[in-house]
Parts: sequence; structure tokens; C-alpha cells
Amino acid sequence: MKKETARTVRAFAIELAIYAVLVIAYFFLVLHLLGQWLYELETHRRYTYAALAILLIIGQAVLLESLTTFLIRLIRGRSE
Amino acid sequence: MFFPISGAHISPIYLATTGFIIGILGGFFGVGGSFIAGPALRLAGLDWNFAVGTDLAHIVGKSVVAVRRHRALGNVDLRLGLIMAMGTIAGAEVGAQAIQMLKRAGNVNLVVSIVSIVVYLSISTFMLWESRKTLLSPKGRSQRGAVKGAKSKKDHSAFGPVTRAIQRLKIWPMISLPASGIRAISLWMILLVAFVGGLFSGFLGGGAGYIRMPSMVYVLGIPTHLAVGTDLFEIIISASYGTFSHAVKGNVDILIALVMHTGAAIGAQIGAISTQYFAGPKIRLAFVPLPLIGAAIVIYTMISGHKL
Repeated sequence: MKKETARTVRAFAIELAIYAVLVIAYFFLVLHLLGQWLYELETHRRYTYAALAILLIIGQAVLLESLTTFLIRLIRGRSE
Repeated sequence: MFFPISGAHISPIYLATTGFIIGILGGFFGVGGSFIAGPALRLAGLDWNFAVGTDLAHIVGKSVVAVRRHRALGNVDLRLGLIMAMGTIAGAEVGAQAIQMLKRAGNVNLVVSIVSIVVYLSISTFMLWESRKTLLSPKGRSQRGAVKGAKSKKDHSAFGPVTRAIQRLKIWPMISLPASGIRAISLWMILLVAFVGGLFSGFLGGGAGYIRMPSMVYVLGIPTHLAVGTDLFEIIISASYGTFSHAVKGNVDILIALVMHTGAAIGAQIGAISTQYFAGPKIRLAFVPLPLIGAAIVIYTMISGHKL
């Protein structure tokens, strides 16, 4: 039982570390580039911005959920 | 990090960490977590209107992640969620109108503060009484250990007789909810629960999951695990509506929401997965401090005069 818990914690720590690196890269590449464009959109075309805001957050949610699921499978698969 | 839409400088680590904590709470309890996220964004220096709108956008993303995970665990009743979304949106509109009326009367802050404190304390007290009574009962004792898998979804409640009486009310049209294990319940009861949740959402702000999730368990008789998952699904629809409405009014900084959500995505999954290790009454007992935190924040703002 203890061995299994230790393996789960280790897998989670590795997943978190890989996830953190990917997220930091995402901050600087995607969000930095999107910032000015979204600002212009928010200022001049509110309705388009509102619809895009929902699409962006849902899109990111699906993407990150798939990424974390993939990482969990990958790490657990290797540790077993 | 500079966020041009709201003109705020906020650390992305602070945002991701806040999102992570709220994600765990949301995934586990089926709440939006606005009673923490709103003040947390305010503390980071965001204007109140941006804090409310941005929080709603972040709630949408976090709920999508948690619902995908809950759905894989069989904890989402899509039919119930869609019906409830209609009632919630209608209730939220009425709640928002009530706020406008109170604004014109000039006593909005006092009324909203007192109502919210009473509601929060009532929910906590009731859930503490009910979950403790259930856990101490013979049926509840069998649920006390950490139970993994589908077995943990069989739910007992000390409030069960009242719930069954509500389910027996034959007010046409009656509908069945096979995913939640309910043979027949009046559509109006579901809409009423959703409407009241929406009313408090519009009146007190946030998603009002702290009212809707317990109402689904105690009034409709939905098993706790399904109430958590279905409430999150319903939150996706109602919070999307709120996000759109706030974004049109210029109250949403989507970049802040996206950064917060990177932490929430992990937290929501941890919270959702954790539910399968706890029986319903234990989840309800652990829920008790949440409304108390909300009440403490309101009392603090009343005493100090600060608006967090």
C-alpha cells in the first residue's frame, strides 16, 4: 500500500513538473502574443471579444485536460 | 505580468496558485469558488467589476475540466443539468433585478450582507447537523470508511424522509432521471431549486453552488456525487451566460482567467478524482466550512468597511 502511494505521489510530482514547464512556455509564447490583439478586440468589438473569451477558456480547458490525462497515462505506464 | 485589458500587474504564479486551490474545492464540492476567487483577485489589485467578470470566465474553464473528469466517473446527469440551467438563468435575472431595486432604494450593501450571512450560516448549520446525524446512524456508519468506486455513490441522508415526501408530490409534468436513480419527480421542483440557486447567484454574486449543491441533495434527492458533477455541468452553462454578459459590459480580462485556469485545470482534476474516495455524508460534512468562509468574508467587509 505504502509502495503504491509513494509511486502515485512520485508520478504526480513528475506530472506537475512537466506541466509547469509546458505552462510557463504557454504563458510567454501564446498569452504574450495574444495580449495586444485581445486588448484591441475588447476595445473595439465587444461582442466578438465576449464570444471569443468563452471559446478561448473552453478550448484551453479541453486542451489542458487532455494534456494532463496524457501525462498521467504516460508516467503511470512507464512506472508500472 | 502586465494584463492590458484590465491594466493590472499581477504575478502569474499568484493567479495559477489561486486557481489551483479553487480548482480543488470546485472539483470536490461542485462549487464555483467565487467567494474565494473574487476577494483573491481584488487583493491582487483588480477592480471589483473585473474581479467578478473574470472570475466567472475562470469558473467556466475550471468546470469544463472537472465535468470531463466527473463524467468519466459517471457523476453527471446531463438531462438534470440542462433543465436546471434554464431555471438558474431565469433566477439570476430576477436576482440581478432585485439588486437594481435595492440600489435605487439606497440600502443594497446592508441588505445583501445580512441576507448572505443568514444564508451561509443556515446552510453550514443544517449540513453539519444532517451529515453528523447520517454518519452516526447505522446506515451512515457503513459509509464511514473511504469507499472507492460506484459503491460510494449510494447515499443516505438523515433528511431522507423529507426528500422522499418532496419526490412524492405529483405536480404535472413528472419526469424521470435514470442517471440519478430517480423514477419520477415534478419538473417544477427541479426548476424551483434551480431558480432559487440562480436567484441567490444574481443577488449575492458568484455561481451559488453553495446553495444549489445542497438543495440538489436534500430537496431533489440526488446522490451527493451526482449532485457535485451535475452542478458543475450546470455551472458551465450559467457561468458562460454570465461571462458573455459581463464581457459585453467590459468586465472580463480573459488573459487573467486563462492564466488562473492553468492552475485550476490540475486542481479541478484532483478534486474530482478525490470524490470517489469519500462517501456522500463525508463530502457533505467537509462542505460545512465553505459557507462559513463566505460569511466570515462578508462580516469582515461589514466591520472594516473594506470591500475585498
